[in-house]
Parts: sequence; C-alpha cells; structure tokens
Amino acid sequence: MFPKPIENTNILTQSVYKTALPIVLILWLLPLIAVALTSVRSGGDLISGNYWGWPTSFDLYENYTSVFKNTPLAQYMWNSFRVTIPTVFGAVALSCMTGFALAVYNFKGNILIFFLFIAGNFVPFQILMVPVRDLSVQMGVYNSVWALILFHIAFQAGFCTLFMRNFIKALPRELIEAARVEGVNEFQIFWYIVIPLMKPAIAALSVLIFTFIWNDYFWATVLTQGVDSQPVTAGLYSLNGQWISQWHLVSAGSIVAALPPVLMFFTMQKHFIAGLTLGAVK
Amino acid sequence: MINMNSYFKKNKLKIAPWLFMAPGLLMFITYVIWPIAGSINISFYDWDGLGEKTWIGMGNYVELFDDEAFYKSLKNNFIWLILYMLAVPIGLFMALFLNQSVRGIRIYKSMFFFPFVISQVVVGLVFSWFYDPNFGLLNIVIEFFGGTGIAILADERYVTYGIIAAGLWPQTAYCMILYLTGLNAVDSEQIEAGRLDNAKGWKMLWYIILPQLKPATFIAIVVTVIGALRSFDMVSIMTAGGPWGSSRVLAYYMYEKSFSEYGFRMGYGAAIAVILFLIMMVYITFFLLKMYRDEKAN
Repeated sequence: MFPKPIENTNILTQSVYKTALPIVLILWLLPLIAVALTSVRSGGDLISGNYWGWPTSFDLYENYTSVFKNTPLAQYMWNSFRVTIPTVFGAVALSCMTGFALAVYNFKGNILIFFLFIAGNFVPFQILMVPVRDLSVQMGVYNSVWALILFHIAFQAGFCTLFMRNFIKALPRELIEAARVEGVNEFQIFWYIVIPLMKPAIAALSVLIFTFIWNDYFWATVLTQGVDSQPVTAGLYSLNGQWISQWHLVSAGSIVAALPPVLMFFTMQKHFIAGLTLGAVK
Repeated sequence: MINMNSYFKKNKLKIAPWLFMAPGLLMFITYVIWPIAGSINISFYDWDGLGEKTWIGMGNYVELFDDEAFYKSLKNNFIWLILYMLAVPIGLFMALFLNQSVRGIRIYKSMFFFPFVISQVVVGLVFSWFYDPNFGLLNIVIEFFGGTGIAILADERYVTYGIIAAGLWPQTAYCMILYLTGLNAVDSEQIEAGRLDNAKGWKMLWYIILPQLKPATFIAIVVTVIGALRSFDMVSIMTAGGPWGSSRVLAYYMYEKSFSEYGFRMGYGAAIAVILFLIMMVYITFFLLKMYRDEKAN
C-alpha cells in the first residue's frame, strides 16, 4: 500500500492525519455547504444581508415547500424521471446485445464497428445538434420526452457497447463453446447463459447512465422547451432566471435537483465505482 | 420456408451477430454517424434552419477566418484544455491522501467524490453564488484577509479562469476516483521491494507507483480532454458566454450562432462544430490507436 499506512506511523502523524481529514473535506465541499445552509435561510435574512451569520430562523420546511408550491419544479423533476428511466432500460438492453455480438462472434468488420461505437461516444455534441434537432422535428417528437429518450439511448449505445463488450469478453469462452456443442441456439446462449452472468455489469451501467442522463443539460435545451417536457437541469436554469436574488429558493431547488443522482450514488456506490472503473481502468 | 430455415441454421454464426447488433447499430447510425455527415454538409450552406439552403462552398469557413469571436472561443478552448489537465495531478494527490484505512475512510472517499455526481447546472449555480461580488463566500474570504473583492464572472480578465476552476471541481473528483481504484491494484510486493531499496516518498511515487498507475492516468487524461472540449454547461449557466463574449468556447459559440436572437445561422454554426470535431478527432484517433494496440496484444 502506498503511501505508507498511517497506522504504522507515530502517534503524532496519526492525529494530524485524522484532524486534517475532516478539515480538508469541509474545504472541498465548502461551496456545497454554503448552498445547503442558504437553502434553510429565510428570505428576510438575505434581504438584510445576513448571508453568512447565524440564520434568524430555520426555514427548511418553508423554503422547500415554497419551491414546490410556487414553481413547476415537481413537473420538471417528473420529466427528468420520464426521460431517465426509459433511457436506462433502452441503453442497457441494446448494449447487452451489441456487446454480446462484438464479444462473442468473430466476423469481418467486428473491430471496425467496435471502434465506430467508441469514436462516436467521444464526438462533441455540437456536431450532432442541427441534424438531430431536424430529425426529431421530422419524426414529430421534438419538444417531448421522446426526443430525449430516443437520442440518449442511441448516443449512450457507444459507451455502453464498449463497456458490455469488454465485460463479456472477459467471461470464460468455454461456457459458450460447450453450450454450442450441446446444440443450444445462439439466442438461448445469450439469454440463459450470458445475461445471468452480466448482472453486475448491468447494475453498474444502469447507475452510471442514470447519473449521466439525469445531469444532461445540453440536449435538454436543444430538444425540449417549456414546462411540459423539459428536464430539471434545463428547468432549474429557467427558474434561476425568474428567481433573481431569491437565493434561498435557488439553493433549495438545486438541492432537490441534485438529490436523485446523489441518492443513487450512495445506495449503489459499489456498483457506481465498479462501473466507472470497469469501463475505464480494466 | 424450410430452405430459409436450413440456410439460417448453416450460417447462424454469420447471421446471429448482425441480428443482435441491428437495433443498437441502426439507432447509433441514425443519431450519431449520419448527423456527423449531415453537419459537415450543412457547413457548406447558408441556412437559417427553415427556408431554402444556399450553397456557398467554403464561405462559412472563410468567414470564420476573420471572425474575432471565433478566435476568442478557440483560444478559450485551449486555456480550458491546458488548465483542465490540473484535475489529473490534483486528483492523484487527493487519491494518495485518501488511500488509507482509518476508520470511516469509505464515507470520506464518497463525500470527496460528491461533486462528480451532481449536475453541472447545479455546480454552475453553486459557483456563481460562491463568486458573487456582493455576498459570495470567496469575496468574503478575500476581504477577510485584507484584499479587495473582485467580480470574477463580470471581469473579462478572470471570467474564463473562474469557470474553469468551477469545472475542475467535479473533474478532479472524477480523476481522484480513477486513481483510488488504480491504487487498489498496485502490487504490494513491488512496494516492499522498493522500500528495501530505500525508495521513499517522491522516488517511490515516480519510479514504482506511477508506472503501475498508467492505465488510470491514461483514462484520466482522456476523460479530462473530452470534458474540456465539451465544456458547454458551465459557460451557459454561469455567464452565457459573457461579459462581451469573453468566456465563450467553441461549443457555446456554435450554439449561440445557430440559435441566435438575430436569426438562426445553422450553416455557420455547423462550420464551427466541424472545427471542434476535427480538434476532437485528433484525440479520438490517438485513443483508438492505443486501443488497437491493446487489442492486438491480447
């Protein structure tokens, strides 16, 4: 282990380390802590300039209910769920299949298609913007959650295929060969042999895609407008315009918008980190 | 029917992969590959997005050459690219700092990782608030130490650096987690051998640890380059390219030109996107070459 394990050092170093940890953490999260504290302040505090002193009252309940009552934040959140959940299902399902095809079969063009998926996953969004917007208009899905769902599923196929292909490639090949000898057909191999082994990859990828899509802002502004279809990232931006200097509300809204991916991360932490590294550091 | 069946049976290993790939590949081509060609094509036209397209050949690119705002955005992109790289070494040192097994360290690690999970919109709002000249925490700290406050986001000289600093926050967390998992896999025997040879601190890090962290470093650099070139969200949220366009990057400038309030200029926007795409292609090619070598080695 590097650096030297702290428990093997003298007592002084150990206590310095243990004091430094929380201090560094607080400094690191300072901007976020400031927002969390502001979100429980009263509007009066902000008007009178009491930004950083002790709050005169804790308006946690008032601020958060007011954000939901007086703004369409709930609708924006609902839109985000309506975009994110189908995208996770779609992207994972498609990439299980593409990943399987690229990992198990040797065919002409295999590596070419694999590289096409990888390269596509890295392109700047702007090069896709105008044609994708036109395509969505032509398909009649522009300004609906479907515009986002379809695009996200297609675009995430790049990263997800890379991820799934590498995962399946690392499974023991003998399993598949043996099944073929037994006369099991290709679809059954996929469904009964490979899919059950992919559970950890599916979990990891789902958490990761959930976070990516929930946090998307660019496509939300390009493909949707207005309260009926915009996800919370774009919604927060327009609310911010209306809430000028009502920072206690902006803060409460930001915290609400950040909550689902944060909860997802804390409950599925193991999968999340496995996901980041499985696709990345092999 | 019987013939079809037997044909399928005989060639199933040839047909099966295409059947499995069809839905994913079709969607990917429709939404990613085809639009790239579409944008390149549009970049040769003068087009407001609604009416007739007029072919103007290299017209948009010629105009770009004389467009100061374009150069400003390009320059900002390079500043992003260079400064964003700080996320890699800072992430490494944070990972080294946290790579201990004291009580509660797992909670600490996940708290440090927090900024990466949050949307960039929220990060942008948080930092606009942090930088606010009237009550932002940053200026309160500066004034506390006797300095004079600065309105970072309203000052042409500092605005890009202010946004990059905000962007570094989640990016560093990302690199940190890549290194933390990399450090898990470092071979302890080599460290012991190094210790016997009296390698300590920096020497140990440089000669024994870093070479083993190569895969993590590679991915950290790749995701950081991509992140820097994709910078759009933060610029849009924190300054909308201002003041006076001084914080624009190519991604944002392209968006602004295409959906400008003075009329949509899709062709010109597409030309900007093509330039950004070509810059990105350098990195993509580099990445693919490396992957190709790895694939060959296996």
